[in-house]
Amino acid sequence: MIDVASPAAASAKRAGWWRGDGSEPVRRNLGLVGVLVLLYLVGALARPDIFLHGGRLWSNELTVLTQASSIGVITIGMTFVMISGGIDLSVGALLALASVWSTTVATQSYGPGVMILAALLVGAGSGLVNGILIAYGRMVPFIATLATMVAARGLAQKISGKLTQIVKVTSFNRIAEWRPLGIPLLVIIFVVVAVLAWVLLNRTTFGRRTVAIGGNAEAARLAGINIRRHTLLVYTLSGLCCGIAAVMVTAQATAGSSDHGNLYELNAIAAAIIGGTALTGGRGTIVGSVLGVLVFTQIYNLFIVKNLQTEYQQIAQGVIIVAAVLIQQFRVAALRRPVPPGA
Amino acid sequence: MSSDAAAAPRLAATELSKRFAGVQALRAVQLQAYGGEVMALLGENGAGKSTLLKILAGAHRPDSGTLSIDGERVSFSSPRDAHRAGVRIIYQEPEIIPHVSVAENIYVGALPARGHRFTRAALRARVVADLARYGFTSALDPDALGSELSPAQRQLVEILRALTESVRVIAFDEPTSSLSDTEVEVLFRLIRQLRDEGVAVIYVSHRMNEIFQISDRVTVLRDGALVGTVTTAETDEARLVRMMVGRDLTDMFVRERRPRPTGTPALTVRGLSNDDVHDIDLEVYGGEVLGIAGLVGAGRSELAHAIVGSTPVHAGEILVDGNPVRISGPRDAIRAGIGFAPEERKAQALLMQRSVRDNISLAILDRIRVARVVRRGEERAVAQRYTGQLRIRTPDIEQVVSSLSGGNQQKVVLARWLARRPRVLILDEPTRGVDVGAKAEIYAVINQLTADGIAVIVISSELPEILGLSDRIAVMQGGRVTGELDRSEATEERVLALAMAGDLTTDGATR
Repeated sequence: MIDVASPAAASAKRAGWWRGDGSEPVRRNLGLVGVLVLLYLVGALARPDIFLHGGRLWSNELTVLTQASSIGVITIGMTFVMISGGIDLSVGALLALASVWSTTVATQSYGPGVMILAALLVGAGSGLVNGILIAYGRMVPFIATLATMVAARGLAQKISGKLTQIVKVTSFNRIAEWRPLGIPLLVIIFVVVAVLAWVLLNRTTFGRRTVAIGGNAEAARLAGINIRRHTLLVYTLSGLCCGIAAVMVTAQATAGSSDHGNLYELNAIAAAIIGGTALTGGRGTIVGSVLGVLVFTQIYNLFIVKNLQTEYQQIAQGVIIVAAVLIQQFRVAALRRPVPPGA
Repeated sequence: MSSDAAAAPRLAATELSKRFAGVQALRAVQLQAYGGEVMALLGENGAGKSTLLKILAGAHRPDSGTLSIDGERVSFSSPRDAHRAGVRIIYQEPEIIPHVSVAENIYVGALPARGHRFTRAALRARVVADLARYGFTSALDPDALGSELSPAQRQLVEILRALTESVRVIAFDEPTSSLSDTEVEVLFRLIRQLRDEGVAVIYVSHRMNEIFQISDRVTVLRDGALVGTVTTAETDEARLVRMMVGRDLTDMFVRERRPRPTGTPALTVRGLSNDDVHDIDLEVYGGEVLGIAGLVGAGRSELAHAIVGSTPVHAGEILVDGNPVRISGPRDAIRAGIGFAPEERKAQALLMQRSVRDNISLAILDRIRVARVVRRGEERAVAQRYTGQLRIRTPDIEQVVSSLSGGNQQKVVLARWLARRPRVLILDEPTRGVDVGAKAEIYAVINQLTADGIAVIVISSELPEILGLSDRIAVMQGGRVTGELDRSEATEERVLALAMAGDLTTDGATR
């Protein structure tokens, strides 16, 4: 009908794998890798004794990865929530609640298996509560999770009596010590969660629907997606991630505490945003979020090895968030409107 | 006007070409605009008009080709360069600063100042003089705030902005789309005045009557290439449409007469009622197009939403192929074989930031998965097949939907439902905001669907479309079906009579 030979059928070639889902190319993530390289160079200047020494660098980087692992798992859960168009402010508090619940004297008496199970169930269960409030109570995610954040932290304090609950089950604490093939188990957990999350987001109908709901909820609904049920699952998933992270943090500290996971919600949101997840939903990648976490942790590590006060680290973190969001906005603007206004 | 046409062109474009992400937006376009003349620029969506304007505006650079003004080669690398050369583009929605006065808005780029001190009085005096000069003293208050302006006044501000510097070429991009008739008159007066002052005016519009009213010559683009330039007085609408589309449009709506199907209707609606629609009875047979006509607010879209369970229903029954189905949401409707492409494709149908593939596969995810994992080979194959079948013009199926033209976006929505292979497909305003060529293609798709035995319901505000497409027409008013017409008996007058039948709503009875 139209005499132009450019229908897509002509280019039946397979889309490049690197383009992934076709929206945000990996270019952005390569940028984050560039930032990591830059941070390494800064490290090499600041502490050449560590960063230019193979063995010490390896062990320093394993420390970075270990530190990144629990917040990383939380960030992955947060990424799903944000892609679906929501936000979960309760993650740090849920972590604390799961940590405290799994380390009460009673729970500890059942051994490490039950402790882990308790943490996962408390996390997922609290996430489910978030999901119910948001999907069926029609609450705004910000308000609903703000409420559960306050309530969960309070409940954790009530259960623990604000006391640190030492873990006496040594096999539980070994989670943080065990290093199969020289790599800390915590790092392995992080990697496994990230890989599973990647598959979930990019290869399953669950992931596609999450993206669809965040991108255009009305379109998703009219295309037959059960938005409420899906929203429920997304927040439960985030809660489950909090449970996993609770096990990791508790084993690292060899104690449960209502102070665990303090400000994790902010760190997770910041890392996800740095990684390219849109606050408005519909956009975000697991790889980006993981890289976002690594950037923050690497900066933190630089401050530690340089013996700088952590206040500076927080200032740096704020600056990075602003820079990342600004870059993202320019990108979006450039995508949407390739033309500046006439005036 | 044309007396000047023998002189050198004010603006000449030679062999302009521009390519975006796999789409050739302009191919070797030649264009001349003369001072003291209005040249209309005509073409379908995606024909290359906007790209051309953006090159003139300095917003895009051509891949090849040259621009010259009064015989002098120019090359714009920014809007600023274009302004300096005296080229101005007036866009549909000008940027207006809401909290400052009209006067300041006009001189925002060149505030008169004494030293560094900007003097409001001098500014105001100058704007008052400008307004008087162009006869707009009554149309625009120099002290009004930007936020108080109507779309027409915003355009005037933008035009006056342009006139603060010397203008040699001024282009209007569909200026009348949000203007009332009297405002259009004001605008046309200004355009004629500019023309008489020797400015070369380029006027982009879809509206044929305006083109015949205002222009001296018409340049037609199609698929990024120049079709030709004709003198307005020597052409007519049919010829221009032919140039735009490359063929006659007389057979655009053709739908061969077919006997009314018998047997069990594919979709039966009985006594459907909710807050917006009342006691609706409808039957649609496989292979049939049922048109739903009515004025805005008659409850047509609301009926579609009620049928697919997108809004709650109080009473009524829905049968697919004679079997009652329980529908409590769009998901149930889809499972029962009813597809629904809603009216607002951007707000209600498309994931604008996602790929063509993602958008096409959205409603069939449950069919192309194994243990919850999407079979991507099959997904790609489906997306590829329907992209080809519907001639969706995109470099490939990974292209982000927001970068496609309106017609192609609409085809992506259609492809989503075709891929689902529904028994009944409800299309709400399927050709709104779609250019002529894509319209014809969408009609062809609808015809093909019915040939395959699918029942199609088309909701449309365009009467010729409804009359041309439908086998039967149900007319709605006030949330009720006020009458049903067979194709053979339907005329615009009869449809309108039913659509405006005033008393039927008050007696509360079914028809």
